[in-house]
Amino acid sequence: MIRLEPRRSHSQAMVYLSPVLAIVMTLIVGGIIFAFMGKNPLEALYTFFILPISDSYGVSELFVKATPLVIIAVGLAMGFRANVWNIGAEGQLTMGAIFGGGLALYFYDSQSVFLLPAMLVFGAIGGALWGAIPALLRTRFNANEILTSLMLTYVATLFLSYLVHGPWRNPEGFNFPESRPFPDAGLLPIIYDGTRVHLGTAIAVFVVIAGWLLLSKSLIGFQLRVVGKAPQAARHVGFRQKRMVWFTLLLSGGLSGLAGLFEVAGPIGQLQPSISPGYGFTAIIVAFLGRLHPVGVLFAGLIMALTYLGGELAQISLGLPSAVTGLFQGILLFFLLACDVLTKYRIRVGSVATKGGAV
Amino acid sequence: MKSRIFKRTAAALATVGAMALGMGAAQADDPLKVGFVYVGPVGDFGYSYQHDQGRKAVDEKFGNKVKTTYVENVAEGADAERVIRQLAQTGNDLIFTTSFGFMNPTIKVAKQFPDVKFEHATGFKRAENSATYAARFYEGRYVAGVIAGKMTKSNTIGYVGSFPIPEVVRGINSFMLGAWSVNPDVKVKIVWVNSWYDPGKEGDAAKALIDQGADIMVQHTDSPAPLQVAENRGVLGFGQASDMIKFAPKAQLSAIVDRWDDYYIERVQAVMDGTWKADDTWGGIKADMVHMAPFTNMPDDVKALAEETEAKIASGEIHPFAGPIYDQAGELRVKDGENADDGMLLGMDWYIKGIDAELPK
Repeated sequence: MIRLEPRRSHSQAMVYLSPVLAIVMTLIVGGIIFAFMGKNPLEALYTFFILPISDSYGVSELFVKATPLVIIAVGLAMGFRANVWNIGAEGQLTMGAIFGGGLALYFYDSQSVFLLPAMLVFGAIGGALWGAIPALLRTRFNANEILTSLMLTYVATLFLSYLVHGPWRNPEGFNFPESRPFPDAGLLPIIYDGTRVHLGTAIAVFVVIAGWLLLSKSLIGFQLRVVGKAPQAARHVGFRQKRMVWFTLLLSGGLSGLAGLFEVAGPIGQLQPSISPGYGFTAIIVAFLGRLHPVGVLFAGLIMALTYLGGELAQISLGLPSAVTGLFQGILLFFLLACDVLTKYRIRVGSVATKGGAV
Repeated sequence: MKSRIFKRTAAALATVGAMALGMGAAQADDPLKVGFVYVGPVGDFGYSYQHDQGRKAVDEKFGNKVKTTYVENVAEGADAERVIRQLAQTGNDLIFTTSFGFMNPTIKVAKQFPDVKFEHATGFKRAENSATYAARFYEGRYVAGVIAGKMTKSNTIGYVGSFPIPEVVRGINSFMLGAWSVNPDVKVKIVWVNSWYDPGKEGDAAKALIDQGADIMVQHTDSPAPLQVAENRGVLGFGQASDMIKFAPKAQLSAIVDRWDDYYIERVQAVMDGTWKADDTWGGIKADMVHMAPFTNMPDDVKALAEETEAKIASGEIHPFAGPIYDQAGELRVKDGENADDGMLLGMDWYIKGIDAELPK
């Protein structure tokens, strides 16, 4: 019989080493899989992980792809620390795009410099409002926020679909389901000419720093950490659980909404039925891969973005199917969870329990 | 840091430009590189699958004179531009982007790579180095309508629609004009699933339609699910985009097959000959871009009628949208003795008179 036995004390270093270990093992297993598919494993790994960022344009695309993931995951990480499980970031992202994008469409011939800042605010508000619904249901009726936030995602995407098929459809667009293009005043400025790196990427870096400060220096950050690690102790000292729920859902909702607005006011430039290939869900993995720490999230977001870019190049250069992206993300998550489990537990083979092993 | 990245970017762009210029003067015996971007998986057995069949036909025809590449499952959002760009940057000379949502990114990348040729399916924007192409699927739907009009016993057709865009609305209208040409009592029930590929939703829609009395299943979505439901429930139906007979041997009457093989071969040849132009192609049954799968599960007289209709559309004797055509409000849209022109067909956002449904607005 094989059992898992909790380690009495586990190495703090391992908590941070385990993502690194997971990445290394993913590379090894990935290489073996490539070899089985008849590809040179080194060449394939090079194509997947190095080639996409071998020139500055590739690096810039990495930033573009990582931007929404990092922004969303910083917010989610705060909530996950306090055991508030917001699974509906995708819906909050969509509502942010609708609120902020709607403003751009309402003022579609505007040249005002205030349009873009107003869109940012509206985007954040849209996402926060969508996060407020699960917060209200949780604090008022004790409804599980995992379910409510997830279900609200489908409501948001259908609402966007309704808008671009109906009232917000481009009158010059041959009846196709897409909005007017946003006016120039409603588009995010490009930071580096010749790339798609936009203002949102810079704001993502700011979000990481602000999140770090919030977590390490502020009272609410301290409370988040305590609530997550020792809920009973937190209750004892009088930290209010409800306040945590509200704070984290509004924060992660607002950040997701902002990320959604960045997508439509950045690389896409209009509203259309699909604005995100599941960033809100991928960000959950990013948050855990980044150890629920804003700086870790930054690196995790970049790695996750790289798997998308690598998957595309693997198709172009090696003729591999697109499923290879999902495969790598899956292996990575598997090894991360395995490493985490083995950091906290040890495997015992045999049926005799060690005395005192159990806590 | 900022300026350094900027400099490196500028250098990289210059290199890319030089590469693009160099390509034009490439040796004649270098293979022509052709890239394809698909919205779905090549294994969808529908839309993207058929485009990939076209790619394989190019491979087969030109052998080592071409090198084809594809990227599947590309989302119609921020990712499309990067994928199209990567294909251009890795030396592809001709790039086909096969879904409507790739239109703006295609035009954008085309501007940055003036020496690469682009072709966008089903859109309406062109550039000096970016052509458009599509197929007159409505012609096939007219033939399907004729068959359905003859085969239905309940006089009720179940129609699974994707999105209420002109392409799909035109198909419904054409189908019903075909059906009414042989059976004026036919009625249609339409369910929109708001997706091109969602086997679960498509199947559920088909079940609901059959429960409401439909005995012929028509779909304008890409998975075989509605036809499979028809097979299980013992009713008849039509395949979409590819011949789906293996999914429904007892139910499929025919299928409206997208056939891009000849078009892709022709365009690759044109690039090789230096005669390629950024024009618009909209071919139908005559050009064999729209191809009817074998007529099965029907009596011989219906089969003969279907073949005759197909031949007459090819010869131009039948135009599915021959006037007089009225819309639901009773307004005359196409006059007697005239045919709807391409402009009207491309922007069709109204149902013809007699369709008892409301177009989602």
